[in-house]
Amino acid sequence: MSALHEPVMTPITSVNGDDLPTPLRRRLLIEANCVTLCYGQHTAFRDITLPIEENSITALVGPSGCGKSSFLSCLNRLTDLYKQCKVTGSILFDGDDILRPNVDVLNLRRRVGLIFQKPNPLPLSIRENLTLPLREHGHGNTAELNRKVESVLVDVGLWDEVRDRLDSPALALSGGQQQRLCIARAIALEPDVLLLDEPCSALDPISSGVVEDRIASLRDRYTIVIVTHNLAQARRIADTTALLWVRDGAGHLVEYAPTREFFESPQQEITAAYIQGARG
Amino acid sequence: MAKGRWNRWRDAIVAVTTWTAAILVAVVFVWLLADIVIGGIAKLSWTFLTEAPRDAGRAGGIAPILVSTALILAVCMVASVPLSLATAILLAEFTPADGIFGRVVRRSLDVLAGVPSIVFGLFGYAFFCNTLGLGFSILSGGLTLACMVLPLLIRTTEEGMRSLSDDYRRAAAALGMTRTTTIFKVLLPAALPSLIVGLILSIGRASAETAALIFTSGYVDRMPSSLWDSGRAITVHILDLAINVPGGTENAYATALVLVMALLIINSVASWLGQRWLRRSIVR
Ligand SMILES: Nc1ncnc2c1ncn2[C@@H]1O[C@H](COP(=O)(O)OP(=O)(O)OP(=O)(O)O)[C@@H](O)[C@H]1O
Ligand SMILES: [Mg+2]
Repeated sequence: MSALHEPVMTPITSVNGDDLPTPLRRRLLIEANCVTLCYGQHTAFRDITLPIEENSITALVGPSGCGKSSFLSCLNRLTDLYKQCKVTGSILFDGDDILRPNVDVLNLRRRVGLIFQKPNPLPLSIRENLTLPLREHGHGNTAELNRKVESVLVDVGLWDEVRDRLDSPALALSGGQQQRLCIARAIALEPDVLLLDEPCSALDPISSGVVEDRIASLRDRYTIVIVTHNLAQARRIADTTALLWVRDGAGHLVEYAPTREFFESPQQEITAAYIQGARG
Repeated sequence: MAKGRWNRWRDAIVAVTTWTAAILVAVVFVWLLADIVIGGIAKLSWTFLTEAPRDAGRAGGIAPILVSTALILAVCMVASVPLSLATAILLAEFTPADGIFGRVVRRSLDVLAGVPSIVFGLFGYAFFCNTLGLGFSILSGGLTLACMVLPLLIRTTEEGMRSLSDDYRRAAAALGMTRTTTIFKVLLPAALPSLIVGLILSIGRASAETAALIFTSGYVDRMPSSLWDSGRAITVHILDLAINVPGGTENAYATALVLVMALLIINSVASWLGQRWLRRSIVR
């Protein structure tokens, strides 16, 4: 199950058409193979094959509507919430195909946390936002819960700001604080993977910087997939970057490479143009 | 130029009309209230609330009537609240808004809400009193009222849950929480204000009900000793004093005043509780 993969992997070479210059060293935690997602008649993306390394940050970039958010929600089966939505292909998570119908979805979602573009704390107190999901996953001991609340809030740099008002409504926090609370809520469940969908886009530059620093500081402990429209941000924090693009009305994976090469020597013209356009 | 003047006139006419209508409604309400207060305040006293009626209600108080009414309301709420919560959750969370099943249930509830209360009374008499053998009793009356307020309770609760942001459902699902926890720990508390509105409306409707109760709870004005006893509801008492008892008008007024005040108190306490709850968990 936890087999170490050979440095050069078929999926990657098939994406770029060339061997990768730098061999990948880490174990693959998630392997998406030919994943296609349709909302009813409309195909959001087609045939995406993307390996995701353990304990690294993978950035997904691309124009609006190319299926980045949809791809993330496949990885924790949140796509199940949409009646029309159909996902085909296979996604191996730790060796198991999570698209099989009889997967334990609740446990999968605990292990693969998703943070949304718009901060979405539950309409409860700050403390309950953290303890309710924990209780749900079997942590009942109050003392243990309190310790946990403190430690995850410290992790996301929110503890000093909210320590005196843990029992006040979470929706009274500022946007940046809410987003960090959402990250805290996800990491409280001790997931293996964090999926972040444009976590900074609703925030001002300063809060955005704070959230970004927190994400970067989590890289050793979690496998992170982050969607961002901010190429500079991808360049700063991501180990690997992937570009999705709309072709024939559906999203496709254009290029996938270690971040340095992605930005310094892109293999595809679209990538070069996209980086250029976003820069200029 | 002339056009501009006409437009101004039109605005003025609309404003005057709407204001007149609003003031008219307010005047009618104030008049009604004043009439009840003036007619009833003289008789109102602590003994009026704690004594049994004497001389067919001309003298004495309304204690047994208050107890019967409270018991009937309690039976009604105990029966209708859980049932309507369950139905509302089913409708709001487990059936699509435009599905066949949901549409059929919703339409039936709307029809039920429009049925005159006398029909509910007859149904209650036939079903609870006779078929189930509960006789003229507080239980029969309460259950009949429960049938009557069900549509109101279900629809307000359902609307309240549907109007909640889908963000909550997505957030909870992404945290691996079950539907059950999401509904009971997140959605229902957030929908509590609309639940309370539904509750206030149905308490109002139930305590104003007369026709359905004459057939089911009866009009014995003694203190009930159990739920299987007949009991006279407050509106039935007012009706009886006003129509059947010469010289009962003053007490009818006083009783009506008690009813109005009780409704006002229930209303404000419930909305205060709702506000407080809302402020505890959500800031607008
Ligand atoms: N719930 C849905 N039902 C139907 N179609 C959807 C749904 N969600 C997304 N789509 C469609 O799928 C496509 C991909 O959407 P998605 O939200 O994944 O794009 P995105 O890359 O995240 O865009 P953005 O950068 O604007 O967030 C779009 O064409 C969108 O209209
Ligand atoms: Mg998106």
